[in-house]
Amino acid sequence: MDFKLRDRNIAKKALDAIRSIGQDIMVMHVCGTHQDTLVRYGIEPMLKDVGVSIRQGPGCPVCVTTGREIEAAIELARNGKVIASFGDMVKVPGREETLASVRSSGGDVRIVYSPEDVVKMARDETDKEFVFLGIGFETTAPTTSALLLDDSIPENVSIMSYHRTVPPALEFIANAGEIKLDGLIEPGHVSMVIGEEPYRFLSDDFNIPQVIAGFEPLDLIMGCLEIAKQKAEGRGELINIYERVVKPEGNVAALNAMKETFVPIDIQWRGFPVIPGSGLGISREFQDKDSTRRFEDELEEVWNLDIPEPAGCRCGEVLRGLIEPMDCPLFGKGCAPNTPIGPCMVSREGSCNILHRWGRDPV
Amino acid sequence: MVGDPDMCLAIPGQVVELIDDKKAMVDYGGTRREANTIYVKPKLGDWVVVHAGFALQIMDEEDAKETLKLWDEALEAFDLHQRE
Ligand code: SF4
Repeated sequence: MDFKLRDRNIAKKALDAIRSIGQDIMVMHVCGTHQDTLVRYGIEPMLKDVGVSIRQGPGCPVCVTTGREIEAAIELARNGKVIASFGDMVKVPGREETLASVRSSGGDVRIVYSPEDVVKMARDETDKEFVFLGIGFETTAPTTSALLLDDSIPENVSIMSYHRTVPPALEFIANAGEIKLDGLIEPGHVSMVIGEEPYRFLSDDFNIPQVIAGFEPLDLIMGCLEIAKQKAEGRGELINIYERVVKPEGNVAALNAMKETFVPIDIQWRGFPVIPGSGLGISREFQDKDSTRRFEDELEEVWNLDIPEPAGCRCGEVLRGLIEPMDCPLFGKGCAPNTPIGPCMVSREGSCNILHRWGRDPV
Repeated sequence: MVGDPDMCLAIPGQVVELIDDKKAMVDYGGTRREANTIYVKPKLGDWVVVHAGFALQIMDEEDAKETLKLWDEALEAFDLHQRE
């Protein structure tokens, strides 16, 4: 499908327009796919050239998952459970090991594409206990909800919900005031689930310009133009320029499923303290499928562990938008996608990984 | 890319077969994969955004063309305004 959203003419005109507005602004977005577009097509330097710095912030689910949460999964794998997870997660270190290294020493860790894969495996292997790691923002949370709501899922499946929600994290960042936050590009895929309303308070209460944007180069450049315009006029409004996918109300069926299965919980994000109401805990009604309850005794100690960040890794600051990957002395010097030190280099949605992958050779 | 178990890096695919009321076959530029359709009800030929095996939204192609036209016009106007 060709949307002509890579039209160079329009892109050039938009960049010229941003330049002529003459603002020096800092924009945050929270999505690996946005970062991928920005780096892969060399948009980031073009924007910098016209006065717009843009950073990813905490928009990488694998990156913001804490060492303690990873250690809990490792503990269960060591105790003979089958851990089913999306790809990158298995390469992030907990206390010492990763899920991948536990697998090489005999643990059963499997990479799945969809929560539904776990159901199939569990039906075929009834003698094993399966734990699905639910990771991701509002985009993947409804897929975990589907698993919880399905009465036919086998007894030997339970779910560890590490899901998190975006708006409370943005509120935290706006309140913390650590970075000059002139505008937010809101994640298109999260937004197609949650719609427009959950972001509105950030414009109403903090006067932050916000644009819900898609993933083509033009989506992002036009988003920055809108932010620059609003900034120049002192406005802070929420605009949706991804209407081809994001409806104002989001996906109501998916939201209802989330409401039925999850409750907001206070949870820590890597690089951040506990962010109130930013996690999705499995609601009481589904507690028999909640791994944290099913294996409460086994996990008791893990939840109290204090797990330090990998030595020298500044991923936490990258996630808070305080520094860019290049500011980390280990970037490309010891830390690379094949030899990652921190989760921002492990995950394909992490800023460090994306920059390393495309940075030297944008298409 | 399609087999890549990433969470957020979704690409749109086209519905080429409606299997039942909960499943559709989706084509991603030649690679086909079943998608769960409990959260959206696509028609044959619709473009859908799929995450972790679930279709989560239908893409509106007309809207996309409209957006592009609006942007083009807006920038044209901006351009004129700047020159004045
Ligand atoms: S380059 Fe590596 S060590 Fe440095 S912040 Fe990124 S992940 Fe951490």
